[in-house]
Amino acid sequence: MLSRVANSIYWMSRTLERAENVARFIDVNLNLMLDTEVLGNNQWEPLVITSGDSTLFEKLYGTATKESVMRFLTFDRNNPNSILSCVWAARENARSIREIISSEMWEQANRFYLLVRDAAATETIFRNPHEFYTDVKMASHLFDGIADATLSHNEPWHFLRMGEMLERADKTSRILDVKYYFLLPTLQGVGSTIDGVQWAALLRSASSFEMYRKRHRRITPERVADFLILDRYFPRSIAFCIARSEESLRSITGTHHNFFSNAAEQRMGQLSASLNYSKIEEIMTSGLHEFLDSIQIRLNQVDDAVYETFFSLPRMNTAAKQTFPGTQHQ
Amino acid sequence: MNPLDLNTYDGEGFYDELVESPGIPRAGTKLLYELLRCLPEGELGRFQKAAESALYRMGVTFTVYGDALGLEKILPFDVIPRVIGAREWSMIEKGLKQRILALNLFLDDLYSGQKILHDKVVPKELILSAPAYRPQCLGLKVPQGIWCHVTGSDLIRDQTGEFFVLEDNLRCPSGVSYVLENRHVLKRTFAKVFETSRIRSVDDYPNRLLETLEYLAPPGIESPTVVLLTPGVHNSAYFEHSFLAQQMGVELVEGSDLAVLDGQVVMRTTQGLKRVDVIYRRIDDDFLDPGAFRHDSLLGIPGIMEVYRSGRVAFANAPGTGVADDKAVYAYIPKIIDYYLKEEPIIKNVPTWLCSDDRDRKYVLENLSRLVVKTTNESGGYGMLIGPQSSKDEQDSFRERIRKNPRNYIAQNTLSLSRSPVLVQDHLEGRHVDLRPYNLYGKEIYVMPGGLTRVALRKNSLVVNSSQGGGTKDTWVLKD
Repeated sequence: MLSRVANSIYWMSRTLERAENVARFIDVNLNLMLDTEVLGNNQWEPLVITSGDSTLFEKLYGTATKESVMRFLTFDRNNPNSILSCVWAARENARSIREIISSEMWEQANRFYLLVRDAAATETIFRNPHEFYTDVKMASHLFDGIADATLSHNEPWHFLRMGEMLERADKTSRILDVKYYFLLPTLQGVGSTIDGVQWAALLRSASSFEMYRKRHRRITPERVADFLILDRYFPRSIAFCIARSEESLRSITGTHHNFFSNAAEQRMGQLSASLNYSKIEEIMTSGLHEFLDSIQIRLNQVDDAVYETFFSLPRMNTAAKQTFPGTQHQ
Repeated sequence: MNPLDLNTYDGEGFYDELVESPGIPRAGTKLLYELLRCLPEGELGRFQKAAESALYRMGVTFTVYGDALGLEKILPFDVIPRVIGAREWSMIEKGLKQRILALNLFLDDLYSGQKILHDKVVPKELILSAPAYRPQCLGLKVPQGIWCHVTGSDLIRDQTGEFFVLEDNLRCPSGVSYVLENRHVLKRTFAKVFETSRIRSVDDYPNRLLETLEYLAPPGIESPTVVLLTPGVHNSAYFEHSFLAQQMGVELVEGSDLAVLDGQVVMRTTQGLKRVDVIYRRIDDDFLDPGAFRHDSLLGIPGIMEVYRSGRVAFANAPGTGVADDKAVYAYIPKIIDYYLKEEPIIKNVPTWLCSDDRDRKYVLENLSRLVVKTTNESGGYGMLIGPQSSKDEQDSFRERIRKNPRNYIAQNTLSLSRSPVLVQDHLEGRHVDLRPYNLYGKEIYVMPGGLTRVALRKNSLVVNSSQGGGTKDTWVLKD
């Protein structure tokens, strides 16, 4: 397929996944607020940190309040990672590859954008936020389901899934990193009510509360980290996402497992190995934050390598200066 | 009570496409008429809304140039179809085939021996001064001798119901995607009529288009790679480009996806470079190759004309076809048909005055308030003066422009375009319509049975272009 098209489909799916995750962060925080009045406004700052756009936020809004953070992360067109910006970018990408994706996918990308755009115009979400963020999550799930059920599972689909999975891995690592960082200082209260609520919220923002319960039952920080980083079966864990990304990458290139023929395969293989052969005890001992930091750096390297391998256009200097000779003159 | 009181719907002196006179449907429209008459109250309005929201959801949209926000809109759509009978259609089909055949011979001649100019049937200066004439194309041997593969002629009907050609479009005209999508929507809306009427299908078009394009592939290529070249997502017709590429199952490429390497056109893919054999290009000649046409263009593919010239890639349409749809050249088409085919035109031209001709110009300048003046190399309803609806100032400005550059203007009588009913709130009103059928010239000439009925949605307006407040209707051509 065309390099430009592969790039568009990859980013379409990344930005939709990003929008969904932003909605998850906010929604969980809103729920948390209902349970714990003691935390107050400082509960909103970690959200901005999770998104990775603190500098821009400070420049535009200053202090983090419920409304300023919601506005920044949901509707602000100046924030390239706000839900509105993400969904808009995804729709523009979808529009440029309409002949590749199924018409149902395009319709859903279009509907998704209209949903967020209309909400931005009315601002009713400040009165009834939960419904809106649920709609965003469901719109994203619907898109994934439609893509899965209507797009042939060949090259475009693999680029789509690779984008989605790399984005999800990144977001799971960020939410774990930030929550952990903020929760640790209060660890003297392990087992206290607030702590339990906080950890449950962390799991919920990754839609993993029920699945975690089935797997580990009791909530402990170490097991939560284990579940969200290394679980082989939970579809939002980092290891799961990387395994699926690698599958897709190898389906695109056709290179056999354990070998690499380009930078993308090499980087992805390294990342995959470091997850496949890690134990949570070791990770915790050498520092969870350091580990997650290195995962995020490697995810960026994978993204760069995917760009280099598939999307960047080789420059060609050809007959640019030749003119077209007429054979007959008037 | 039925709010659609059809007995009061009246042609008001114009040729009406639905009724002969109030209460009396035309021969082919009886079934549609009955359906409209029997719809429960408000039903047609609900159909209209459902159709619009379907089009919006499908993203069947276009961008209006000059709109500061650059927002996209759905093309206004009226739910009541326009019906054309089998006999009328057969005449249109024959007439268009004749015209396209003659236009193609004309183009082939213009870019080789120019016999028609030497024989003084068409004035040489008129051709050489046409902005779309491309001396770069002289001596080109185009694949299968075909220049204008994808065309669309604008037809209108006068108050007697006779069809005329108003304009030819030989530069890959847009709009065919609306024909296909409108039909798609109407099939859902008027399912019952489709079951019982004998309406000819238009769905075959993408398939025929692909066959036409494959027919042009360089010899010896078993399964040619066809691509559709678009200026990109910001082009007003982008929806159509993407739609057609999808329907044909070919790659939609932008200039930057293509390159010339070792005398071949290649596209950049995730698996490396891949050879391209046929390009259905929806960009102007000017932007094809900065080396050959506009040197300041950043859009083109340098060197691509060399490859074309050597026969290792095919374009549809060929470069240079625009000269034959120049509005001043239009006036000569009856002579062109006679010259190459020794036939009378089956569909007539609208009488046209050329401002480059001294006598014609004098007449035009004296009768500006009655005539329609058009700029010869503009399309989309831009650069027009509609005499009877213009102010004194506008007429003076056109008078000045015509005097300065007579070659650029033609004039025609203000026509009483036929009308077709549209839904206005809860009742029907007549609006002027034209018809753009779409034609393909490959192994043979194919005229799609249908086409885009464009409708001037503003009351009394004669301009049907989408950029000027026009909308569309589905067009039903009936079987014998």
